[in-house]
Amino acid sequence: MNTDRPFWNPYLAGAGLGLTLLLSYVVLGTGLGASGAIARLAAASTHTVASEAVENNAVTGAFYEGGSPLRSYLVAMFVGTLAGGLLSAVSAGRAAIAIERGPRASVVARLGAAVVGGVLAGFGARLSLGCTSGLALSGGAMLQVGSFVFVGATFAAAFAAAPFLKRLWR
Amino acid sequence: MNLYDQGLLDTAAGFAAALVLGLLFGFWLERAGFGSSRKLTSIFYFRDWAVLKVMFSAMAVAAIGLQLLAAMGVVEPLQLYVPDTVIGAQAVGGVVFGLGFVIGGFCPGTAAVGLGSGRIDALVFLVGAGIGSMAFAAAAPAISPLRGLGASGRSGVPELLGIDPMTGAIGLLVVALLAFVMAHAVEARMRRIPETTES
Repeated sequence: MNTDRPFWNPYLAGAGLGLTLLLSYVVLGTGLGASGAIARLAAASTHTVASEAVENNAVTGAFYEGGSPLRSYLVAMFVGTLAGGLLSAVSAGRAAIAIERGPRASVVARLGAAVVGGVLAGFGARLSLGCTSGLALSGGAMLQVGSFVFVGATFAAAFAAAPFLKRLWR
Repeated sequence: MNLYDQGLLDTAAGFAAALVLGLLFGFWLERAGFGSSRKLTSIFYFRDWAVLKVMFSAMAVAAIGLQLLAAMGVVEPLQLYVPDTVIGAQAVGGVVFGLGFVIGGFCPGTAAVGLGSGRIDALVFLVGAGIGSMAFAAAAPAISPLRGLGASGRSGVPELLGIDPMTGAIGLLVVALLAFVMAHAVEARMRRIPETTES
């Protein structure tokens, strides 16, 4: 079964992504990113119920130096990424409200895994100072040692854990 | 001269540019099929290596492009922001992140694209990632030795190897091309093996 059919050639998409990253370095002076915006959105959400704890924390308190954690180019980029995905999915006829999972996975198992995986990815990205976008891709294009360490560790862990998660995906 | 260098990232100009760049970023990710968690995770079952193909072609194109623009004087590499290298933290963080990727089916950028495509699982992943970010903030004082483990600031592979950056970028391209050949060979082999549904 070939699931590639409706998608674009990966090398074409990769080249487009690479040129977008290049443009980001030229115009912004920094690469693409995603996890920083999530951390800022989470801090702003938590702030509505625990403002002092968020402002006094060493990590989230730094987001308030510019006033609001949402006043950041990272948040604008995240909104753009979401909108770009929406635009592409709608124009390709792929947009659909759905819970994607393997044929043997229940909805509860899939959503439980999504939240657990999200927690781990969110924590790991903050510890690593970036995620697949800001650290792996953007730092990798600048040939940074830490970026390749992160890529190696990420793929090694994911490949090692995958056999135990087969019911979720295959 | 760029917005970061001039301290203008978090201004209206920075927001507008970042919004447009984000649009392009999300568009390419979705076109590659990365709004789909099953497509993303299929690399871990050796069946579809699009994640590797897209990531390394993007990295190589940008790396060589950056060195060409630097040689032409369009960009000054030292005026660009790059993430610091903290080898220990990034090795441990990478393992935790990789587990999150294969369990949750997304990484942060692809989850944004998945949500844009209407996927509820992507929304739930993003909520989880927010919780994980706050958990890190709460744990940060307790794990400060780990956070700084192997900190070496701005640290490039070419400097480490004593080669010039353009040679490094071409080296990255060569490694990427070898990885693509390997990926196609594995895909061709896996196509001959029917998928079993027993776990």
